[in-house]
Amino acid sequence: MREEAEIIRQEYLRHDKKFPHVWCPGCGIGIVMGALLRAIHNLGLSKDEVVLASGIGCSGRMPTYVDFNTLHTTHGRSLTFATGVKLAKPELNVISVMGDGDATAIGGNHFIHAARRNLDITAIIINNSTYGMTGGQYSPTTPYGSKSTTSVYGHVEHAFSIAELAVTAGASFVGRGTVYHASHLDKLIGQAIQKRGFSVVEVISNCHVQHGRRNKLGGAVEMMQSFKENAVTIGKAAKMSPDEMADKFTIGVLTDIDKPISTDEYRRIAQKAQRKADQVARTKVKNGVKRYEE
Amino acid sequence: MKSESTSRVLLQGNEAVVMGALAAGCRFFAGYPITPASEISELLSLRLPEVGGTFIQMEDEIASMGAVIGASLAGVKSMTATSGPGFSLMQENLGYACVAEVPCVIVNVMRGGPSTGLPTSPSQGDVQMARWGTHGDHPIIVLATSSVSDCFSITIRAFNLSEKYRVPVIILSDEVVAHTRESVALPGPDEIRVVDRIAPSVPPEWYKPYGTNNRGVPDMAAMGSGYRHHVTGLIHDEKGFPTQNPKEIDQFQRRLHEKISKGFGEIQVIKSIMMEDAEVCVIAYGSVARSALRAIKEARNQGIKAGLLQLITLFPFPRKAVDSVLRQCRVAIVPEMNMGQICREVARVNQTGTRIVKHNRVDGQLITPEEILKYLVKV
Ligand SMILES: Cc1ncc(C[n+]2csc(CCOP(=O)(O)OP(=O)(O)O)c2C)c(N)n1
Ligand code: SF4
Repeated sequence: MREEAEIIRQEYLRHDKKFPHVWCPGCGIGIVMGALLRAIHNLGLSKDEVVLASGIGCSGRMPTYVDFNTLHTTHGRSLTFATGVKLAKPELNVISVMGDGDATAIGGNHFIHAARRNLDITAIIINNSTYGMTGGQYSPTTPYGSKSTTSVYGHVEHAFSIAELAVTAGASFVGRGTVYHASHLDKLIGQAIQKRGFSVVEVISNCHVQHGRRNKLGGAVEMMQSFKENAVTIGKAAKMSPDEMADKFTIGVLTDIDKPISTDEYRRIAQKAQRKADQVARTKVKNGVKRYEE
Repeated sequence: MKSESTSRVLLQGNEAVVMGALAAGCRFFAGYPITPASEISELLSLRLPEVGGTFIQMEDEIASMGAVIGASLAGVKSMTATSGPGFSLMQENLGYACVAEVPCVIVNVMRGGPSTGLPTSPSQGDVQMARWGTHGDHPIIVLATSSVSDCFSITIRAFNLSEKYRVPVIILSDEVVAHTRESVALPGPDEIRVVDRIAPSVPPEWYKPYGTNNRGVPDMAAMGSGYRHHVTGLIHDEKGFPTQNPKEIDQFQRRLHEKISKGFGEIQVIKSIMMEDAEVCVIAYGSVARSALRAIKEARNQGIKAGLLQLITLFPFPRKAVDSVLRQCRVAIVPEMNMGQICREVARVNQTGTRIVKHNRVDGQLITPEEILKYLVKV
């Protein structure tokens, strides 16, 4: 365990980057980063072939620290940049890490369309129930009744369930984990990266500084304790009544299906179009017409 | 210029943009349908797969611009095309392309605005938006097309400049240029000069993705080429990492501007027509420049010493060329399909008190040669 941690530190962190990182002590984002690095390490991916994109927010800072092709984009738009990278170079492993606000508020449209489109991209969404970076305003996953800096009287709207949203939008693989269940998370992220098609991992994480403190949820340790207590595996949840599940949430793999991947489909169509065009061009060249595209 | 490989074809402006883009090496397009730019998407969806490129229709223009930047970072020449409402949505990521120095081309086929405005009428209402649309103090290159053959050559020029200077380049076309069919003479493939971004030649561990050199334009490594580095919209140091150091920030901001000002000679393109002995001149761009050309010819027939300064590059504003015609002429007429967006630039350059006459049309109709001629006769 220790040894693995050292290998990962040496191999995957950017030592020319001016540490320390921006995250608060105890923040769950670091655990997600660790899980992601372990998953990549265990899959034996080459660092040159990994692209880690992010949006804006505390979660968005993750790519800064890790030694891949890293892309810190604009708020909510990570998946759009990732789409361009993947289509231009399908051989790259493209991973996009986002916050809950990033992925489902400002980037909500991109998120559902990326899932529908089914490119071979992995999306990791760190759901800490708030806008961490901007000071704890309510996000699309802030629970009903919760206090935030923009819902001081208690939140009057209802929260998204990100993983369920991803399933409905058409993702090929959807999992949910927490920062407490770290080795489960390693596995989930590994599965998601390996999955061909659009895959999503929602990670329930703690922002004790902005969200926990305002809602009397305690510090990092207490919040993690609550993830331990409230997370129920999907199998177990199936046997529980709605009342029993009231304050709980499921973890595990929500969906894992195979359907045509648009990157592959596009290549197939392109090859066909190319063959046809080449034929036409050959006749044209015979007739003395030159082509621009060569 | 004409050679054996020159061919004559009947084309629409939007089609010529597509041909120019492919000739320049564009192999990625992301867009969202909008009148009067849709033909560019439609044609590229047909042509790109044929040449091993990729077309994608995104969920909106914000996403289109993001995908274009992503593809360019992966090493593929990329573009998008839109009109006013979509151009508004692109501004956020356009700024990202400026700060992360990502080459790409954005075609804005201008229609009447603001808002949904006049979808099928020509306009030049987005000129200052092209210059200043995204937030922050950024340099940008804006080119204007006035004819179908322009659409071809200016699109190639746009790609070349964007690759050379690592900047987004905006092409302003308009509804009339986009949809006019003309017979144009296209140069043969061997007459076209194509510029590609410069890849680093140092070993990866020495590579500074935002390092300074005498060109002011850092070498650019494609993702996946072994030069792992960080790209961010935050102001960054030479390694690409966010910085708060005032000295590094200042250096970065100034380099962004200086790389463009070093290239003024090449970037600022104008056409000077019958200007040698001109006493009155028209300063025009886009489809209005064509009416202006007819107008000065007619004025010459009537014995008026008229000339035309056509602006191909709108920004960086060709101050030198404008200054010199203002010094030469008594009067300069600036006709525009807006309320005077380039006229204000002309006025800023005017050091000699030359009389500047505005002519503005904002009713969705073209400015005719007769309208311009009237001014030439009057002054
Ligand atoms: C277009 C735009 N709007 C607003 C912001 C300000 N902003 C920065 S981070 C952020 C919220 C981040 O919250 P979330 O995505 O949940 O990530 P977290 O910080 O919690 O990891 C906002 C609103 C921005 N950078 N860009
Ligand atoms: S503000 Fe919240 S999400 Fe951001 S680093 Fe601190 S604990 Fe983590």
